[in-house]
Amino acid sequence: MSFLSYLINGLSLGSIYAIIALGYTMVYGIAKMLNFAHGDVIMIGCYVVFTMTNSFHLDPLASLGIAIVFCTVLGVCIEKIAYRPLRGANALAVLITAIGVSYFLQNLALIVFGSDTKSFTSIIEAEPLVLAGGKLKIPVITIVTVLSCVVIMAALMLFINKSKAGQAMLAVSEDRDAAQLMGVNVNNTISLTFAIGSGLAAIAGVLLCSAYPTLSPYTGAMPGIKAFTAAVFGGIGSIPGAFIGGILLGVIEIMGRAYISSQLSDAIVFAVLIIVLLVKPTGILGRPIQEKV
Amino acid sequence: MAKLNIKKMNKNFRGQLITYAMVIIAFVVMQILIASGSVSYLLQGLMVPLCIYSIVAVGLNLCVGYLGELSLGHAGFMCVGAFSSAFFTKCMLNTGMNETVRFLLALVIGTLTAALFGYLIGIPVLRLRGDYLAIVTLAFGEIIKNVINVLYIGRDSRGFHFSMKDATALGLEEDGEVIVNGAKGIMRIPSQSTFLIGVILLLIALFICFQLVNSRSGRAIMAIRDNRIAAESVGINITGYKLLAFTISAAIAGAGGVLYAHNLATLTAQPANFGYNMSIMILVFVVLGGMGSFRGSVIAAVLLTMIPEILRGLADYRMLIYSIILIAMMLFNWSPKFVAFRQAQMEKLFGKKKKEAV
Amino acid sequence: MKKLLSVMMVMAFALSMLAGCGGGATESTGAGSADAGSVFRIGAIGPATGAAAIYGSAVKNGAQIAIDEINENGGINGAQIEYNFQDDVHDAEKSKNAYNTLKDWGMQMLLGTVTTTPCLSVAPLAVQDNTFMITPSASSPDVLVGPNVFQVCFTDPNQGSKSAEYIAENKLATKIGIIYNSADVYSTGIKDKFVEEAKAKGLEIVSDEAFTEDSKTDFTTQLKAAQDGGAELVFLPIYYQEASIILKQAKKDMGYSPIFFGVDGMDGILTVENFDTSLAEGVMLLTPFAADSDDEAVQSFVQKYQEQYGDVPNQFAADAYDGIYAIKEAAEKAGVTPDMSAQEICDAMVAVMPEINIKGLTGGDEGLQWSDTGEVNKQPKAVVIKDGKYESME
Repeated sequence: MSFLSYLINGLSLGSIYAIIALGYTMVYGIAKMLNFAHGDVIMIGCYVVFTMTNSFHLDPLASLGIAIVFCTVLGVCIEKIAYRPLRGANALAVLITAIGVSYFLQNLALIVFGSDTKSFTSIIEAEPLVLAGGKLKIPVITIVTVLSCVVIMAALMLFINKSKAGQAMLAVSEDRDAAQLMGVNVNNTISLTFAIGSGLAAIAGVLLCSAYPTLSPYTGAMPGIKAFTAAVFGGIGSIPGAFIGGILLGVIEIMGRAYISSQLSDAIVFAVLIIVLLVKPTGILGRPIQEKV
Repeated sequence: MAKLNIKKMNKNFRGQLITYAMVIIAFVVMQILIASGSVSYLLQGLMVPLCIYSIVAVGLNLCVGYLGELSLGHAGFMCVGAFSSAFFTKCMLNTGMNETVRFLLALVIGTLTAALFGYLIGIPVLRLRGDYLAIVTLAFGEIIKNVINVLYIGRDSRGFHFSMKDATALGLEEDGEVIVNGAKGIMRIPSQSTFLIGVILLLIALFICFQLVNSRSGRAIMAIRDNRIAAESVGINITGYKLLAFTISAAIAGAGGVLYAHNLATLTAQPANFGYNMSIMILVFVVLGGMGSFRGSVIAAVLLTMIPEILRGLADYRMLIYSIILIAMMLFNWSPKFVAFRQAQMEKLFGKKKKEAV
Repeated sequence: MKKLLSVMMVMAFALSMLAGCGGGATESTGAGSADAGSVFRIGAIGPATGAAAIYGSAVKNGAQIAIDEINENGGINGAQIEYNFQDDVHDAEKSKNAYNTLKDWGMQMLLGTVTTTPCLSVAPLAVQDNTFMITPSASSPDVLVGPNVFQVCFTDPNQGSKSAEYIAENKLATKIGIIYNSADVYSTGIKDKFVEEAKAKGLEIVSDEAFTEDSKTDFTTQLKAAQDGGAELVFLPIYYQEASIILKQAKKDMGYSPIFFGVDGMDGILTVENFDTSLAEGVMLLTPFAADSDDEAVQSFVQKYQEQYGDVPNQFAADAYDGIYAIKEAAEKAGVTPDMSAQEICDAMVAVMPEINIKGLTGGDEGLQWSDTGEVNKQPKAVVIKDGKYESME
């Protein structure tokens, strides 16, 4: 029974990593950049929801809607101001700029909202499900989180494979120049990617803070890095890969902590990552790198 | 052809000399200013950290700029160098060994341990490419930090004791001493890093890097970076050269770590000093200073370490302003539009067409 | 292009160097003459940015209130206090820079540093320079490296053994689970001593689980281990941010309600914005400070703090407040004047420190006294949270 409850906790944590990783992986696939500021967009999303529900007493779901819109706009603005001027420059330059943006968002939140920790009210208040005669309890937020994760992934897959804008994204990720020649507006497509990724960040943030209810300017940083790891784990650029990577990372983290050592849980997660990448150098679902001679 | 080659060599050599001269002049000027008492304590205290970050940035530049592999784990190598050397120093503290000899030995030990880790980690890691390599180096760095945080080593009359649980599990005798104490790290390390040693180490690091990149091995390394398949097809030992550059890069980071350990009285492996944040900060120095330019790395390391200190007057807004400066500098240095604009301005100013750097 | 870049960077570098030197030079002359000699300069160091910023800002504000009060009432020995707080981002190296900045400014006494790891690097400097130093909240006994370094807070081992004693004497539980932060000096310091003392007192530790800075969102695993081990009491030698998640996960998600027993880091949990205080019902903690105490001084402090900064002060702010008053008391007793050098002031104040006794916000009935090693002597108070308030357990 313990094993089962560990597994459920792992799935819950993993689903949150997975939603964040989806944002990472989409941006990577299309813009070919590691957006290190993604974790901090999550944090901003949480603060928006927090402010809306606590200061303006809005309904949690309405606040979530506002946060999604806010993060979407924020993501597009960041892309326009900080990343677009660097298009065509070295990929590392964009990476460093993303880190600059990450510092900026953290310190902005520190000044605007203060350094004290806030307690985030879960957007879903319900009694946990009790199974197996009280031995197994599943919080409702866990179920919601896992379900949202699956729904979001399915919706993204549908969007990319069926819609015109999604096809344009695929084209840009395959070959940016060729896509442009075929009449795809690359700038708009990349903006759209950032919009979707940042909107997802708001959802991920609310789920993260609902399950683990503290909010500070650094809330997004560590889940961001873990989700980046998850995205690489699953094969960066691949949407199902991000999903699988996120879930696996969450489960390994919890299992490692439970059965091996709680002090070394980070080391265990990273060790598994290293082993997987050594066996499969482009992640679980990553496509092999093509070598052009 | 021969003429062109000589000209190129000369240019290279001149570049090296300018870099050495820049470091030495900066050192002499600062020494004179310090001696005349016109330098603030803040700036005096910053001299060793500036050397440390310059050294590590030079080492990382070898890996990122010349080998072309993105490493996000150099803080891990610093950490290894710092802890191994501090451990040695603590062990030798009461043996009556000459302080200078002890510090030099600590330096050698820290550097070699980091090199060993670089070599061992390099074997599996360098098989990967691009961002996958980056994440695996990050993973190794985090593992090193995590393991050191739960590492306990003590010593008593029966010898060394080792535990990964807690200090009491060492089972030390009454007179025993805990040397590495988990999250508390190593305490009361004698502060022996000086500006002079830092500058000498920086010069040595620069010398090694310049010699390497201008040697046959260096050209092989750059060939691998520019076109791996072509390099392989002309018979270059890819793995060997990659390992060579990676190991040297790790060793230099380790030397920086030794200085770090002996600069502050206490050494702990925290996310801020040996986590991925530090690796990224050093990468920022390298990218901002220009990949492949050791001089640029030194200048960027100095500049970016000083900016937050200079901005102290802004109180709470200081890190916010720092991040804005960082973004602005990146846009200014790297944005294709800005670069074109700057070149146009230069042409106007000097009326001659500059050759595009290759 | 590369050349242009380096030329520009060199120029910027030279400029910044000049700015650095120039600033330093003017400041040190400023300290030498001008208004020096008429005011006391008290410096403080702590994290104002970064993940530990909350502790630094509490100290910054708490000390500010004490200094404003003193200045209103005529200062120390008739001299006003000038106050300068420097950020160290909770990093040993940055802390050294902050210390040097204050030295350039002409600091005469130091309140700091707020966190332990930076304090371990700054304390030797203060000893070397012979500058009077009192840390409000760096609680490791290892920071007391010299005769001129003092602490306002309890030491970690002290808290660990007091907690174990309290649990054993009051027979709160026999089976105990622990959740601590293995990457934090404070947390491991308390935990190590607690385990040692608990064993001596015949308490059984059924689970001893850690978390780290990098994985402090999910605590269900650690709680499950305690639950499976049958722990009747879970000891939490950690700060309240993590504790608030632990309480929520245990009580809401897992339906597990043992006694939760905290240390002074737990203080502040009731003031977390938007926290559901019913979750903290029944939590016990040893704390020197309670913001809702009936004590007049405490109430006046809390009121001022809320007016000025909008938050309820935590123990860090209270310790800082007491630290400033300790400086005042010692300075008055020693009869120091602002025109003395930092070294002279230090020698005079160190000599009288063991003699002073201040009431303070954290001293309880007996007040605060210092031993000549720099350790504070005050009694932790055991409180239990009832109806969203602290209630004394005696």
